[in-house]
Amino acid sequence: MKILVPVKRVLDYNVKARVKADGSGMDLANVKMAMNPFDEIAVEEAVRLKEAGIATEVIAVSCGAAVCSETLRAAMAIGADRGILVDCGELSDAELQPLAVAKLLKAVCDTEAPELVICGKQAIDDDANQTGQMLAALMGWPQATFASKLSLDGRLATVTREIDGGLETLEMTLPAVVTTDLRLNEPRYATLPNIMKAKKKPLDSVKPAELGVDVAPRLAILKVAEPSRRSAGVLVPDVATLVDKLKNEAKVI
Amino acid sequence: MAVLVIAEHDNQSIKTATLNAVTAAQVVGADIHVLVAGNGCYAAAQAAAAIGGVAKVLVCDAAHYATQTAENVAELVRALAADYGHVFAAATSAGKNMLPRVAAQLDVAQISDIVAVESADTFVRPIYAGNALATVKSTDRVKVVTVRTAAFDAAPLGGSAPIEAVPAAKDLGLTRVVGRELTKSERPELGAAKIIVSGGRGLGNGENYRTLLEPLADKLGAALGASRAAVDAGFVPNDYQVGQTGKIVAPQVYIAIGISGAIQHLAGMKDSRLIVAINKDPEAPIFHVADYGLVADLFAVVPELTATI
Ligand SMILES: Cc1cc2nc3c(=O)[nH]c(=O)nc-3n(C[C@H](O)[C@H](O)[C@H](O)COP(=O)(O)OP(=O)(O)OC[C@H]3O[C@@H](n4cnc5c(N)ncnc54)[C@H](O)[C@@H]3O)c2cc1C
Ligand SMILES: Cc1cc2nc3c(=O)[nH]c(=O)nc-3n(C[C@H](O)[C@H](O)[C@H](O)COP(=O)(O)OP(=O)(O)OC[C@H]3O[C@@H](n4cnc5c(N)ncnc54)[C@H](O)[C@@H]3O)c2cc1C
Repeated sequence: MKILVPVKRVLDYNVKARVKADGSGMDLANVKMAMNPFDEIAVEEAVRLKEAGIATEVIAVSCGAAVCSETLRAAMAIGADRGILVDCGELSDAELQPLAVAKLLKAVCDTEAPELVICGKQAIDDDANQTGQMLAALMGWPQATFASKLSLDGRLATVTREIDGGLETLEMTLPAVVTTDLRLNEPRYATLPNIMKAKKKPLDSVKPAELGVDVAPRLAILKVAEPSRRSAGVLVPDVATLVDKLKNEAKVI
Repeated sequence: MAVLVIAEHDNQSIKTATLNAVTAAQVVGADIHVLVAGNGCYAAAQAAAAIGGVAKVLVCDAAHYATQTAENVAELVRALAADYGHVFAAATSAGKNMLPRVAAQLDVAQISDIVAVESADTFVRPIYAGNALATVKSTDRVKVVTVRTAAFDAAPLGGSAPIEAVPAAKDLGLTRVVGRELTKSERPELGAAKIIVSGGRGLGNGENYRTLLEPLADKLGAALGASRAAVDAGFVPNDYQVGQTGKIVAPQVYIAIGISGAIQHLAGMKDSRLIVAINKDPEAPIFHVADYGLVADLFAVVPELTATI
């Protein structure tokens, strides 16, 4: 069974994002980029399924500029077997929107015929939380989003999902799309030998036009602004003062 | 053309999140229709009809909507969407799960987690864990939108909209819900609570979380929340998590206890009206957003707080 794992290159989660002075977008020049944390969890899950003898091949795919090949190498260092770069050239991240990414991934699925696609539940830059669900819809496949547990028995997948009220367990027949939540697993650190090995693994590159996909954006970004800052509050010396302020100043209790 | 709002419900009653989505939809300035898809859901449809500002309730009652799987509900919404200019749902786990399927099938973009409606085609949404607000304009015929519930007040009750039955779409039979483990609680829902008491790793374990925070929450009539670290460590269930990748809340009062204030946590609570932080580390970033900060050992001051309030 082949597993496809879409991985996105995003701003490292430790870095505070800054808005460009002209309000046209985010300032991503010279900042640390990394694989979207949810996608690391997705790669880890796929690699574990391979180690358990359930999957035969794990393919990482990334859509974006040529530098996304770094993200693919990172996925291969965790244990993905090969990578596919969908080279979108000069198209900026803001212009490559989830619907377009889902269409590109569909085209890759049509040629690679994976039985399972494991996406992250959301990318921590745009926080759209759409791509996996859109891909599932375009493929006509079932989906299990926000997964905290995945087990496979032949072609039957049982997935525990994190939902607002607690947990939900779904059954579905492959092929299907699963999107990862934080508690699905704890991704391993790539070791130096595995990072070296990853450099030799195959990495193909295709262009959206070769896949027959129109990636033109549907949403125009009119402006990007900083949210209003909270004004700094006060430190209170003790519980009595805190309770007094809550009762008499803020009047909330 | 009217706005279609997808109701979130349990066949008996409507979730508050839907009331917030209706308020957002009202800004578009068109009639609002609410879809209730379920099984034996007439009570929920009646509850939807009582939401102020709703012009019509569409009810679709069929066995294959009993568990409201994303695949089947999306198929129904897609069929209905031809008559609408906008489809709105709350950005809850159910809305986020289902609505992107509708958008993909209609070949339109989805605008996720909006915090403001500027005009019928222009919306504001937070990106980068709330560190930026993007204003985006859709060029698609149908605007498919999820609404950040914390950014809009709940629509008032008092309406009496007509209820109309609509035919079911076909059963795709793609997924089966085999179990739900819902956290039972007498406390208000996180999304609807006026006061939230939230605990982090500083509590040390689940036992401390319960013995220290539950009495405080009981006294305040508050909901309970937590940081990711507290959930990962197993102090509390996953649905307590507040943050970029958990629940986004904006209560009147948010009391953060033993929480450091990581960017991802702040993203879920920094729009609260009033923030109180209790942390023993004066350098903790939570104090940058707190209106009232108390630098102290939580084990000493939380029982005292509970006793004096
Ligand atoms: C200021 C600003 C505002 C924006 N506003 C919007 C908006 O309102 N709506 C909108 O649709 N877009 C918007 N965008 C565009 C956004 O950057 C792209 O949509 C983004 O590339 C995809 O969204 P996401 O990564 O958040 O998707 P998600 O659906 O959150 O991603 C989920 C998963 O899909 C997979 N995935 C996503 N992208 C890729 C990729 N490039 N390669 C491989 N796998 C991938 C990964 O597994 C990922 O974990 C905006 C961008 C900017 C800068
Ligand atoms: C992709 C991704 C998504 C994430 N999503 C979320 C999210 O949605 N929500 C979220 O919360 N986090 C999220 N995180 C995690 C986030 O980065 C932090 O790790 C987490 O919020 C830390 O939780 P904490 O504040 O409880 O723990 P810590 O950072 O360990 O802070 C504990 C605090 O308790 C204080 N303390 C300890 N003992 C005492 C005492 N006796 N009295 C008083 N104070 C005490 C300490 O001073 C410290 O400040 C995410 C991370 C990633 C990478």
